[in-house]
Amino acid sequence: MEFKTFVFYVLAAMLLLAALRVITAKNPVHAVLFLVLAFFSAGSLWLLLQAEFLALVLLMVYVGAVMVLFLFVVMMLDIDVARLRHRFWSYLPLGAVIGLLIAVQMALVLGGNYFSADALPGHAMPADYSNTKELARLLISEYYYPFELASVVLLVGIIAAVMLTLRARKDTKYQQPHEQVAVKREDRIRMVSMASEKEQPSVTETPAEKQGGQ
Amino acid sequence: MMEAQLLQFLQSQLGTQWSLVEPVWPLLWSLMKIVAILAPVVAAVAYLPYFERKVIAYMHVRIGPNRVGPAGLLQPIADALKLVFKEIIVPTQASKVLYVLGPIMALAPALIAWAVIPFDAGLVLADIDAGVLYLLAVSSLGVYGIIISGWASNSKYAFMGAMRATAQMISYEVSMGMALIVVLMISNTLNLSEIVAGQGRGMFAEMGIGILSWNWLPLLPMFFVYLVSGVAETNRSPFDVVEGESEIVAGHMVEYSGMAFALFFLAEYANMILVSAAVSILFLGGWLSPVGFLPDGIWWLIAKISVLLFLFLWLRATFPRYRYDQIMRLGWKVFLPLCFVWIIVVAIWMLTPFNIWQ
Repeated sequence: MEFKTFVFYVLAAMLLLAALRVITAKNPVHAVLFLVLAFFSAGSLWLLLQAEFLALVLLMVYVGAVMVLFLFVVMMLDIDVARLRHRFWSYLPLGAVIGLLIAVQMALVLGGNYFSADALPGHAMPADYSNTKELARLLISEYYYPFELASVVLLVGIIAAVMLTLRARKDTKYQQPHEQVAVKREDRIRMVSMASEKEQPSVTETPAEKQGGQ
Repeated sequence: MMEAQLLQFLQSQLGTQWSLVEPVWPLLWSLMKIVAILAPVVAAVAYLPYFERKVIAYMHVRIGPNRVGPAGLLQPIADALKLVFKEIIVPTQASKVLYVLGPIMALAPALIAWAVIPFDAGLVLADIDAGVLYLLAVSSLGVYGIIISGWASNSKYAFMGAMRATAQMISYEVSMGMALIVVLMISNTLNLSEIVAGQGRGMFAEMGIGILSWNWLPLLPMFFVYLVSGVAETNRSPFDVVEGESEIVAGHMVEYSGMAFALFFLAEYANMILVSAAVSILFLGGWLSPVGFLPDGIWWLIAKISVLLFLFLWLRATFPRYRYDQIMRLGWKVFLPLCFVWIIVVAIWMLTPFNIWQ
């Protein structure tokens, strides 16, 4: 067995195990962390396929940002696992059917004429071939409009989420950091010019008596 | 070249036993290179706290550590010994596996990122084309160490600290990424070695004052954004609300003791060195010499990293801690819009006849 194949099987096993644990883990935080592991293994598999751009972007976007926010939310929620599971068995047949459908679809696609391994073009690429560059070229030439459209859809999603959760309360007191930062010394303190020494009342008692008095 | 010499030497020395070593040689060679990179890094990480204490002490007109060894030079070793022999206390009802995993997850990304850092022309462990992306992806993993340890400690203070740290790190990663995009635009590559090489070309470099052709000058606002975001990303003062001694004692590491705590400590300093190295490579010309009559070399990179590290310490001695809402405001409302504007400015600049990055 080639070393690459061995690595592939190790990573694939890790991916499957992690994915399985996502749905079987008792603690939701553990489930999210297993999902992170699953993403990580998938990214490593892509690295094996020499799709380093996609792999690193998967790590950066999903592992580095999306899953952290996910973890953030899951950690703060009070999730009652028992209540989530109480109709597990009654939903199982429906879930199993959907899972089976997905598996059949994937089998049809991968076993069909277009995506099966021998239908794909060969992998013999020139040494300086960079799929990052190829991807960028396609994105800004052929797929320019779909790409822009996707970003607009995402923007709409962001605005919608902000508008749904925006709850402006009139009675909330909050600070304006830009005003605080812009504060000048003159706004806060008043300089009073005065003599640095105050004239002492004339001293009548002797120094010894003064020391005793203190 | 070195590998070939070493191979020849080993073959002549081992004779017939070489056939035993041969199948694992690529692994051995990689391990040797990794040790050659990480040993100096870890030594620097050990001595950076000493350096920090000395620098800050002199800025405070104190002496700093001077009891252990000459001029206190053995202080890091004494500290390490003390931490190794301390008990690691696991709080009751802490999630044990994650509690142990937290510090490891904090330190590991700071060390594996060194794989793509070029130290000199060709002197790099993995000269990959997506080096910048790798650096970004790996540095975004450091958040997990903090968030996991904060949650697994089963403590309110630790959890609050982890929340703060995570929000802060994610926010500043965005502006760091944006600043990087500008560097990528003008370098036209994702390879760190080529980014450095690109800074050695240009009008000023030909005139023998290479320091003016490095990225920091044409991208001055981005240099500033990246540097300050780097300080915020490593949770260093003045952005160290994560530790916030006065409010939340020590943030996510409040429950940790002994070596587990030391790992967080090491991770912080390793990240500082890493950020300094990244700034040196992306904006300060890496191993390139600032003036034409001096040769390029790895010592320039080390000098630049040292100056930036000193800057980190200097900032800590100078500035009071930022308030949390001000940190968020700086990241999202100042740096991010600045980056967006500068991306457009540079894009237009590159289309005009004044383009200096042909």
